[in-house]
Amino acid sequence: MSFGDYMLFIVSAILVNNILLAKFLGNCPFLGVSKRMDTATGMSMAVIFVMVMAGMITWLVQYYILVPLNIEYLQTIAFILVIAALVQLVEIVMAKSLPALYRALGIFLPLITTNCAVLGVAIININEEFDFVDTLVFSLASALGYSLALILFAGIRERFMLIKMPKAFQGTSIGLVVAGFLALAFSGFAGLVGGH
Amino acid sequence: MSLAKEFTKGLWEIVPPFRLVLGLCPTLAVTTSAENGMGMGLATTFVLVCSNLLVSLLRKVIPSKVRIAAYVVIIASFVVIVELMMQAYVFPLYQALGIFIPLIVVNCIILGRAEAFAGKNSPLPSIADGLGVGIGYTISLTVLGAFREILGNGTIWSHGLFWDGFEPFTFMVRAPGAFVALGCFLAMINLVSAKLDDRKRRAQS
Repeated sequence: MSFGDYMLFIVSAILVNNILLAKFLGNCPFLGVSKRMDTATGMSMAVIFVMVMAGMITWLVQYYILVPLNIEYLQTIAFILVIAALVQLVEIVMAKSLPALYRALGIFLPLITTNCAVLGVAIININEEFDFVDTLVFSLASALGYSLALILFAGIRERFMLIKMPKAFQGTSIGLVVAGFLALAFSGFAGLVGGH
Repeated sequence: MSLAKEFTKGLWEIVPPFRLVLGLCPTLAVTTSAENGMGMGLATTFVLVCSNLLVSLLRKVIPSKVRIAAYVVIIASFVVIVELMMQAYVFPLYQALGIFIPLIVVNCIILGRAEAFAGKNSPLPSIADGLGVGIGYTISLTVLGAFREILGNGTIWSHGLFWDGFEPFTFMVRAPGAFVALGCFLAMINLVSAKLDDRKRRAQS
């Protein structure tokens, strides 16, 4: 792919096919940590870090272990184990060598194992038959898209404190409705890349 | 503790995704039609019941420090079984659900029940719990799917429902509609359960 193709690919992954709002991956942490801006930023950093690492490693596992041994049907088990182990490893290494970052990401790292966006991106990479560079770019762009949506959403949600709301809508329900409107806004970007 | 009680609590008291706000991704993504919702619900129920049973059988063997990893492996094995079975017998549904079949592994309902219930209880109640929560989830997904399909597509179970010139409300089957529909359902359930609690409290006093 040329440079222009990559730019289009990145814009499409961040805005048009936003992993969170258009593909519905990673919604539980999205609603869980978006009540405050600082937790949302912490989660975003952790997602960017783990998603890129996991994307690369699962790609290598797929093409250098599963395919040669002809055991692609074990993909799901292999990937989730790789992600779980990776998260654990990252936690240990980070605690030793980057204590400041470790303290900032704190509890968000273990939560990422059950973030379906990470496993989802790993599987999309394989399903779309991306090569290694594409995988790297797509994982990074998806993670950036996730962070963008999460931080925007946290910004909106912080304002909820200031308004009066019907009791039935408090908490998650209004969160979902607002996420719907955010998704609507994002779907306006569809025109950017030839409209899908 | 009666088995019936373990079973029925999954149908209303802790029915996912409304009472237990878990497992949202498949809820949002596959409820574009009643059929897809039901297929997803049944696949999840199967994994949930099997993993609850196995976790409960192994609860004394698994050291508590590595229990989450062990649960994940158990769940992932059953997900692979479901994946292969669906590929063999219900291929169109398998294609419609796509990436969300392997993603049952990270559906937090299943890990949540393993951790909160099956890891502490004997096999029979665990099966009842898994079955109840699974069926509750299936019903929720089917209802939500039917709601979105009727409004967004004008059909139910792929049967036309309206007159010829009916203009479907396409918003409902698109991504934003999923969030709004689920949010409104959640608010409705909150309203109903608040009313019920209120009535119960008044009856007691």
